[in-house]
Amino acid sequence: MSQLPALAGLYAQLSLVAVGGGNTVLPEMQRQVVNVHGWMTGQEFAALYALAQAAPGPNMLVSALVGWQVAGLPGALIATGSFCAPSSLLSYVVSGAWYRFRDARWRRVVQAGLTPVTVGLVMAGATLLTEATSVDWRFAALTAAVTLVLTLTRLSPLVVLAGGAALGASGLL
Amino acid sequence: MLDRAGVDRLGADRPTTGALFAGFFSIGICGFGGVLPWARRMIVEQRGWLSAAEFTDLLALCQFLPGPNVINLSVALGSRFRGARGALAAFFGLMSAPMVIILLLGMIYEQYGGLPGVRHMFAGLAAAASGLVLSTALKIAAPLRHKALDVLMAVGSWAAIVLLHVPLIPAMLVLAPLGILLAARGRR
Repeated sequence: MSQLPALAGLYAQLSLVAVGGGNTVLPEMQRQVVNVHGWMTGQEFAALYALAQAAPGPNMLVSALVGWQVAGLPGALIATGSFCAPSSLLSYVVSGAWYRFRDARWRRVVQAGLTPVTVGLVMAGATLLTEATSVDWRFAALTAAVTLVLTLTRLSPLVVLAGGAALGASGLL
Repeated sequence: MLDRAGVDRLGADRPTTGALFAGFFSIGICGFGGVLPWARRMIVEQRGWLSAAEFTDLLALCQFLPGPNVINLSVALGSRFRGARGALAAFFGLMSAPMVIILLLGMIYEQYGGLPGVRHMFAGLAAAASGLVLSTALKIAAPLRHKALDVLMAVGSWAAIVLLHVPLIPAMLVLAPLGILLAARGRR
């Protein structure tokens, strides 16, 4: 229970810096949860992230699983609520005014300037996750194969995730 | 009227709070592996709440603002049609089912996660999920590859986090203004 304020503070901060979507803050979430607060290991974090990916709904639900691990149901609700509330309030306030600026030059400049930063941050999150899940070369090879398949084909991510889980369960890895 | 930006759609045919809840609920339960394609299908194709152009414009806002894009989208669309109550209806419609499902999965994981077979399964699932994020990153990076400055910015952002271990907030305070400055100079 004593972790609830820390959860709320962490996710409210992440909400406001998640420029370009939830995946942008993945590296920071991992750093905070694993290194700063020591709530779990990197591998446990990666497993929770995978679970959130395999479930339906917005992929930021990893916040609910982290909260659950740290402080049960209140933790899950506080973490998810804190992750959604600040950015949602901002959307609520700004969405009315947005239409007026749709052709404004500054809007396009800001967007063009933030895109490469977002790309770098999502790539950083992917790198850190891969480091955590590559227990040995066989798991690293699985990650590489999945990356190729999902980049080059239109196969559903869910099928590929299920394949990865089945390979793991089969003990072949 | 499916007119521009929904400005003409504030009459009687705008969706009710109940319809907003139901519409976003349907996205929440079927949105495997990313919700945005499902959101577009429901809002534009199935229910005709927005035209394709309106949807793209609203999505641009939701990607521009911080936070999970599809959640921003639910709040922005709900408030456009029905004010604060509409925003709440759309938000809870979107989140309620996935939240219950994820917690059930979390409970199952907590219960059985220690068994060797389950642990192996999750190791495989997690390695595959890493591949999923890597491919997402590659797809959003692809349009940048012809712009040397953008590539440099992306690599610099990556290195700040992965190699230099800079926390995100100080990194963003430097990277975001720098990126915008470069974009502004490049357009002149």
